[in-house]
Amino acid sequence: MYKILHREDLTPAIHLFEIEAPAIAKKAQAGQFVVLMVDEKGERFPLTIAGWDREKGSVTIVFMEVGMTTRKLAGLKEGDSLYAFIGPLGMPTEVEKFGTVVCVAGGFATAIVVPVAQALKDAGNKVISIMGFRNKELMFWEDKLKAVSDELIICTDDGSYGRKALVTQPLKEVLESNKDVKRVIAIGPTIMMKFAAKTTEPFGVKTIVSLNPIMVDGTGMCGCCRVEVGGKTEFTCVDGPDFDGHKVDWDILMDRQKSYLYEERVSLEHWQECCRMEGKA
Amino acid sequence: MSEKPKLNLNRVEMPKQEPEIRGHNFDEVAQGYTREMAIEEAGRCLQCKKRNCVEGCPVNVNIPEFILALREDRMWDAVDALKTNNALPGICGRVCPQESQCEVHCTLEKKGAPVAIGRLERFVADWERAQPDKPSPQITSPSGKKVAIIGSGPAGLTAAADLAKLGHQVTLFEALHVAGGVLMYGIPEFRLPKEIVQGEVEYVKSLGVDVRLNSVIGKIDTIDELLAEGYDAVFLGTGAGLPMFLNIPGENLNGIYSANEYLTRTNLMKAYLFPEYDTPIKKSQKVAVIGGGNVAMDSARCALRLGAKEVYIIYRRSREELPARSEEVENAEEEGIVFKFLTNPKRFLGNEEGWVTGMECYEMQLGEPDESGRRRPVVKEGSEFVIDVDTVVVALGTTPNPLIASTTEGLETTKKGTVVADQETGKTVKDRVWAGGDIVTGAATVISAMGAGKRAAEAINAYLRR
Repeated sequence: MYKILHREDLTPAIHLFEIEAPAIAKKAQAGQFVVLMVDEKGERFPLTIAGWDREKGSVTIVFMEVGMTTRKLAGLKEGDSLYAFIGPLGMPTEVEKFGTVVCVAGGFATAIVVPVAQALKDAGNKVISIMGFRNKELMFWEDKLKAVSDELIICTDDGSYGRKALVTQPLKEVLESNKDVKRVIAIGPTIMMKFAAKTTEPFGVKTIVSLNPIMVDGTGMCGCCRVEVGGKTEFTCVDGPDFDGHKVDWDILMDRQKSYLYEERVSLEHWQECCRMEGKA
Repeated sequence: MSEKPKLNLNRVEMPKQEPEIRGHNFDEVAQGYTREMAIEEAGRCLQCKKRNCVEGCPVNVNIPEFILALREDRMWDAVDALKTNNALPGICGRVCPQESQCEVHCTLEKKGAPVAIGRLERFVADWERAQPDKPSPQITSPSGKKVAIIGSGPAGLTAAADLAKLGHQVTLFEALHVAGGVLMYGIPEFRLPKEIVQGEVEYVKSLGVDVRLNSVIGKIDTIDELLAEGYDAVFLGTGAGLPMFLNIPGENLNGIYSANEYLTRTNLMKAYLFPEYDTPIKKSQKVAVIGGGNVAMDSARCALRLGAKEVYIIYRRSREELPARSEEVENAEEEGIVFKFLTNPKRFLGNEEGWVTGMECYEMQLGEPDESGRRRPVVKEGSEFVIDVDTVVVALGTTPNPLIASTTEGLETTKKGTVVADQETGKTVKDRVWAGGDIVTGAATVISAMGAGKRAAEAINAYLRR
């Protein structure tokens, strides 16, 4: 179960796994996520779905090596299996014919914006996509996002590819020049989503963000992922992960994301120490 | 043994870890009878003609039979007598509230020393678990019928075991990565070792039950799809997994957990073994647990074992109204948990980094009885005071997860989110769908869920064999 059918290294630190999971592939929709465990002692870790193949019975995930779990995950090869893979969780992204929509992708979230843009395009929308990376080396899937967009704007923080800009700049320009934009979908690091939402607010364009707080079970059981949206407490795992970016309390979200910074460091150091010991043995 | 045993009022105590030691480890607190102790205690049973103890048991365990067999050293007969009606004796022997079920009906209870039925049940179950060769269970010839059971907690495991024994092909779907539900994520290791739970799950599997982990029904197949795909009947045993919060200011500060999260991290994910296990939990100094039920006691005792220096139970009524088992309250007090009665939080206070630092509380007083029959707690105006804490666990109770109800056509639910089902049979208003346990009653006990699973299994069997 949950065999890695295919692995691709999109950049040195961003990897794609195609996982055998027919029950999930059968039902997955854009915007939903999975919870996975690398091994029996692992943590339960949420990742938004980057794609699926219903016939083949596979689900694709893309992740960036950041902490211990993602590094451990990156150590797996084709043919290895995950210990647990649960989904499709959360509500799918709301998709209908809005008219013109803007999809904003920050960094490795490009992988999860692609199926959303695809679904919006399939529903008859004009899709303008903006993708932003720190630099050219971290970029991937320009072709895939282009294929599902009517227009694609690329920017990098350092100008090494496309425009030298943060995504909020072209986003503002697009909204200024296209009065008929009906919806913005912004997915990426929390800080990017916050500022994307701040950028669109004066234009009054509904902006959907996909939140990524810390989770444990991912099925509504623990409340670890609670966020405040419009003054009301919501569970990201069952009420989201998509929320109205203009109503999210970003400060609470960002504080809660930092709950385990110390423990995350301890965990990484412990794992690295174990790896060193194993290397010696 | 035709001669009646003499009236013996010396209930055999069960050895326990000393409070000052057990407060620092997750090993089981109660250590079980030795063989000698078990036989001595079994010798006190009067083998009454009128079996009130059996009547008091939600699954009607053959109590006098198993105790007689134990006392006569016919251990496999004791196991059989016990397991005929109870697939999970190692669990029940540990977590059932015997004092209000079987033992309260014991003839010797009137003399203040009921037979320790729970301890004996536990002894027999543990004896069986230690045997290397177990006889294979008896299973009725296959019926050719398929049953899907949703949720592998006490209700689901019991229904699965009974239906499998009756010859039906049973698939048990579990959303988490291990089977057992609340027995795994909720009840702590020191009260119910996870090895015991998994041993009993293995027994259920040995009856031919196909356990499918990581399967969130409603997200993968729905109930209607399962019925269309060839299952003849479905049993819903998904429990009450959604935590309630107070909805007061500051509740989303860091360091404030639902009891579900606190216990899930600790028990299911083994955060007490961090970093060997990857899931962390905050190491706290001063912890306040809000609530007075068994889950609150479990959370407080976990907090202590995780290293907290001071742990408070904050309860808005008085000691008399505590819903927790008195045994658990005693255990908690022995370990040094401080009870603050007639206290209710008003709001949480935090620091600049978003961490909880304190809790402003009201003093309460008891007014007239409310609909639950308990005296209603009323705020004493102007009584606010602050308790400094670095961690809060909210243990106010849980409600059913709406996922199944919201993805199934034609189920009836109440305002509280529970599924409407016949009390005796578990039949819902939807064709071929039964339900039982906390999803029907709201949060209750392990054994009442098992009783519901058992009755539903009988009803499903009657339907399938009609």
